[in-house]
Amino acid sequence: MTNDNNENKDSKSNKDIDEFTGIETTGHDWDGIKELNNPAPRWWLWVFYVCVIWSVWYWVIYPAWPILSGNTKGTSGYTQFKELAASQSEIVARQQVYLDRFENGSLNEIMNDPELYAFAMAGGKSMFKDNCATCHGTGASGSEGYPNLNDDDWLWGGRISDIQQTISYGIRADNDDTRISQMPAFGKEGYLKSEEIEAVVDYVLSLSGSDITSTNEHGKTIFAQQCSACHGENAKGLQEFGAPNLTDKIWLYGGDREDIFNTVYNSRAGMMPAWKDRLDENTIKQLSIYLHQLGGGE
Amino acid sequence: MTQDIKLFEAQERIYPKRVWGKYRKLKWLAMIVTLGIYYLTPFLRWNRGPNAPDQAVFIDLSNAKAYWFWIEIWPQEVYIITGILILSAIALFFVTSLFGRVWCGYFCPQTVWTDLFVWVERIIQGDRNARKKLREGKWSFDKLKKLAITHFIWLVIGWCTAGSFVLYFNDAPTLVRSFFEFDVSPTVMWFIVGLTFSTYIMAGFAREQVCTYMCPYARFQSAMFDADTLIIGYDEHRGEKRGKHKKGTSWEGRGACVDCKLCVQVCPMGIDIREGLQMECIACGLCVDACNNIMDKVGQPRGLIRYDTVNRMEAEKHGKSEKFRFLQPRTIYYSSTLIAVGLVMLVSLIKRTVLELHVLHDRNPLFVQLSSGEIRNGYIIKILNKTHEHRTYTLAMDGLENAHIMVKSAGQIASDNLYVMADSIGMYHVFVSAEVDPANPRDIVFTLKDNDSNLQDTYDASFISKRGK
Repeated sequence: MTNDNNENKDSKSNKDIDEFTGIETTGHDWDGIKELNNPAPRWWLWVFYVCVIWSVWYWVIYPAWPILSGNTKGTSGYTQFKELAASQSEIVARQQVYLDRFENGSLNEIMNDPELYAFAMAGGKSMFKDNCATCHGTGASGSEGYPNLNDDDWLWGGRISDIQQTISYGIRADNDDTRISQMPAFGKEGYLKSEEIEAVVDYVLSLSGSDITSTNEHGKTIFAQQCSACHGENAKGLQEFGAPNLTDKIWLYGGDREDIFNTVYNSRAGMMPAWKDRLDENTIKQLSIYLHQLGGGE
Repeated sequence: MTQDIKLFEAQERIYPKRVWGKYRKLKWLAMIVTLGIYYLTPFLRWNRGPNAPDQAVFIDLSNAKAYWFWIEIWPQEVYIITGILILSAIALFFVTSLFGRVWCGYFCPQTVWTDLFVWVERIIQGDRNARKKLREGKWSFDKLKKLAITHFIWLVIGWCTAGSFVLYFNDAPTLVRSFFEFDVSPTVMWFIVGLTFSTYIMAGFAREQVCTYMCPYARFQSAMFDADTLIIGYDEHRGEKRGKHKKGTSWEGRGACVDCKLCVQVCPMGIDIREGLQMECIACGLCVDACNNIMDKVGQPRGLIRYDTVNRMEAEKHGKSEKFRFLQPRTIYYSSTLIAVGLVMLVSLIKRTVLELHVLHDRNPLFVQLSSGEIRNGYIIKILNKTHEHRTYTLAMDGLENAHIMVKSAGQIASDNLYVMADSIGMYHVFVSAEVDPANPRDIVFTLKDNDSNLQDTYDASFISKRGK
């Protein structure tokens, strides 16, 4: 310390002592309220210095400062991307335990093993959202033209193996094993006249329990001639052809008279891509089990 | 200018002198009891059957359960912990408003471990003066040896403390064995290293600094004091004027304090209680012991320094005596809150069921149209089996005519045979289908019954059959 300070210390006038506590004040005065100078503990200062040193160390070791070309990288080469990759590979390693069993397990085994079942459902759920939700919706409830996968109505079969086949090879997709069928455009291509189509539409509507109760013999005859080959004589559909059951309450393209007329007039041919080259076999297996267990599986 | 202001202050080393008396005995007793509970509790066993841990006090982090003898807490019962914290806080306020900082003086871990460390210091290095001399003296082999032994024992105590802490979170005998087999997980290792050093630093070095600078409780306690609170008080009226006293001379015209400074020397906080109540005082009563011993020697009545209230001391000054007031508005409302919270806790513990049903309606889709014309709703049900046995349950549903329940899970499971392992949660996807007209959500009730006992739980849910409004 300089002489100046020593002089200050000596001259008592410069030291402001609080009368009540006998403690020196900082000399700050706010309308008569003074701040006592209770010194902070020295160790607190040391902790502060240690923190300063630690932060400098941190700047050196870890990415810290923004610079023009990005940021300082730090000597340890740490990035969160590495951490992400590490935790991802950790997850893959954890999945591997189940994957081997899952791959070699029969469907029956998987469905009865709580661990493998949970593995299939969790994997199926997330893969569905990544790949299928675009058309079928995040809850798999579909929309017009895109089947609801929660219900019990399956165009091409609702057993796990059927679903697996559909996902792998798609519907009307570009491969030899795809599921394929073609409904004629009865009106557009001139197979039936509009009155005939209307008659058959009435007949079909009466099958699924709408208010049309009058037996429509004309429509029935046309149905037997033109439609029953695929939809069956009782109109309950045939899964080999992907021909829907026309007696139930579910209409993929709408169940109004007008909708059904349109369907018969123009025909329908929804398509779904084949996934066997995009997803691996285990993923497709997971998806099939997941969809089967949404509630409507056969 | 205020250049000469001292901003920082070095810690002044305190060498508490040995003292013997009523309060010292109480302190030893409190130390033995609290440390005994702390170190030995993890080894207590409590039989809970084959499907649950047999450690009496056990926090099972990996399974998210806590066990305390016959009480078991699941994560959703964390309010019990909240209740315990509230009870502790109010109990602390209650005790403080009546008896001052007795928690600080006798039971606070910082006090107890510091006391233990000072005891080690005294055994190895001698009493106050010897310790002071040793520390301030030149380095020698003797000094090195004594300091090394002291610090070694401190570290061993720290290690035991850290080890015991970890035992509360692991099966104690297993962990102790694996410790001797050098087969301990890094997590356990780091906790032990960290807590060993924090104990070593806090009780060996930081000591009274913790109470003075770090502990918020020490600060806000003054808000709970009033003139009827027991504090460590120096009877100024009787003690002053203080001064040395020669045996045989008269006590006329002077105070009883012989200025021996023993009260200062024994103080673990390093304060002079004769200056009045101070923030640093942890009310341990060692100065009372020290002063009483001296008063006995010089033939004066005890109690020059004593536990007393400001009101009583004032009254005594004027020759009156006043009773210690237990009943004050504060103690009444602290104790009634204490009883109220305690009752709520007791009721919630008694009413705690070992079976819980939770139902969550599927959000997407809200309902599904089935080909038969029926409407189906999906629910995730969670069954909390808090018993220590594997159980099966029957799920039923009320509020919807002609409805049927279907369960989807691994294996073919019927709704009257829902299996849940002991002490765990079973989760099932349940579907309810019924032929209904589209309408606003209908209220339904799920009932879950234990197949082997009369336990049951219900959960209100709704059945949705129409989109939007």
